[in-house]
Amino acid sequence: MATVRIPPVLRPKTGGQAEVEAGGADVGEVLRSLTGDYPNTQEQLFGEDGELNRYVNVYLNDEDVRVLQGLDTAVKDGDTVVILPAMAGGASRLAN
Amino acid sequence: MAIDTERVQTIEEIEPFEAAEEIEGGDVVLIDTREPHEYQEAHLDGGKLVPPGVLADEIGTAAPDKSARTIVYCRSGNRSAIATAQLQQLGYENVASMSGGILQWQEQGLPVVSPSGMTPEQRERYSRHTLLPEVGVDGQVKLLNAKVLLLGAGGLGAPTALYLAAAGVGTIGLVDDDVVDASNLQRQVIHNTERIGMAKTASARIFIEGLNPDVKVVEHNGRLDASNILEVISDYDIIVDGADNFPTRYLLNDASVRLRKPVVSASILGFDGQISTFVPYEGPCYRCLYPTPPPAELAPSCSANGVLGVMAGTMGTLQANEVIKIVLGKGEPLVGRLLLYEALGTSFTELKVRRDPDCPICGEHAEEIPESEMGQFPDYDQFCAGAGGDR
Repeated sequence: MATVRIPPVLRPKTGGQAEVEAGGADVGEVLRSLTGDYPNTQEQLFGEDGELNRYVNVYLNDEDVRVLQGLDTAVKDGDTVVILPAMAGGASRLAN
Repeated sequence: MAIDTERVQTIEEIEPFEAAEEIEGGDVVLIDTREPHEYQEAHLDGGKLVPPGVLADEIGTAAPDKSARTIVYCRSGNRSAIATAQLQQLGYENVASMSGGILQWQEQGLPVVSPSGMTPEQRERYSRHTLLPEVGVDGQVKLLNAKVLLLGAGGLGAPTALYLAAAGVGTIGLVDDDVVDASNLQRQVIHNTERIGMAKTASARIFIEGLNPDVKVVEHNGRLDASNILEVISDYDIIVDGADNFPTRYLLNDASVRLRKPVVSASILGFDGQISTFVPYEGPCYRCLYPTPPPAELAPSCSANGVLGVMAGTMGTLQANEVIKIVLGKGEPLVGRLLLYEALGTSFTELKVRRDPDCPICGEHAEEIPESEMGQFPDYDQFCAGAGGDR
């Protein structure tokens, strides 16, 4: 099993959990296991073509899977998969 | 080191005025046996630094002729007396210790060299910096000459500005078009209750000027857009990005790569923060990390989702730390690294960020931009249409 780190914006889809366990031999299987357990995460992680959305970065431990073998990157027991969308919060203006 | 007490008792000691006469007469080797930070603050003209711990190793370079007249001084005369005894043991034939050290020298109105050009008030104010070998007087002077632009005088900008101002960053520019709101004060510690309704740049200026008169505050009371960004950022050495919306973040990235300005970028939401430092062509840029902005539902804002106030302090002070390291040229900035902080679990995670060879802005195939098109940028609002951020 791998640990999947859930970004704050997706936590409402995982019952508020910041980390969930998910099984799979590669990154794609781990993420599909996640979307199986928490179906609402599906459309935010994957496009209709089944590829990862470009605005979602996925890391295996500390390395971007895009510079590894993408969704085919092998995952070992105890690995951490980090899902990371961009954030822009800072000055936090009130919405116009 | 064992010291021959016989010789300690027989060293020659001279008064500062006697030393001054000898030095003026010439043919004197003058040795300063203090630590480097003391030397940097002030030393005698012509004094060569040989700290006590390395005396035996380095004296041969500073004073190769053992028969030459050699005068040793330190702060108050103790270390120089010991050093003089050691030099006698090493075979120096004509060495004297200046009693009372540089303190008594200065008390008698004799001149010293202060390489910094710092005022006595600045030497006092920044003494905890100059004591650090990584900063020293030279580093403090770099800070005093540095020009740093803060995008946003809000959550992240407030603590960043406070610590940069306290550190003596000589010019701090503030970009913000907002006014202080009561709901800001839970985290934007540079503002206060009395200044609700005041422009944030003006409110921040009041705090900064009260904290440190060395800092020149430049207010840019407006928003950065394609028409003004190059002009605004070109005056600064480093940009700190605490912007609240994606169009500004992409615009800043593209402009800062063109002008090769380092950007320290952080964001916060809820109990989570992230920070990285983008140095054009040395590491990835913001677009290498995030090629496209997320849709609105994946990019909620602090005003919609909330943020723990102290997150602004944690991430903002990390930004200030990055700025100071870049100014000093010390340490390892977060170039090519993204640091995530999760406050509920108090956990830090570091991720590698690679330059994208296909990055449209800084990649191998990115086109050289002709001068005539330097100030032309895509329509970022269009590019980020549907994206989040509480614009």
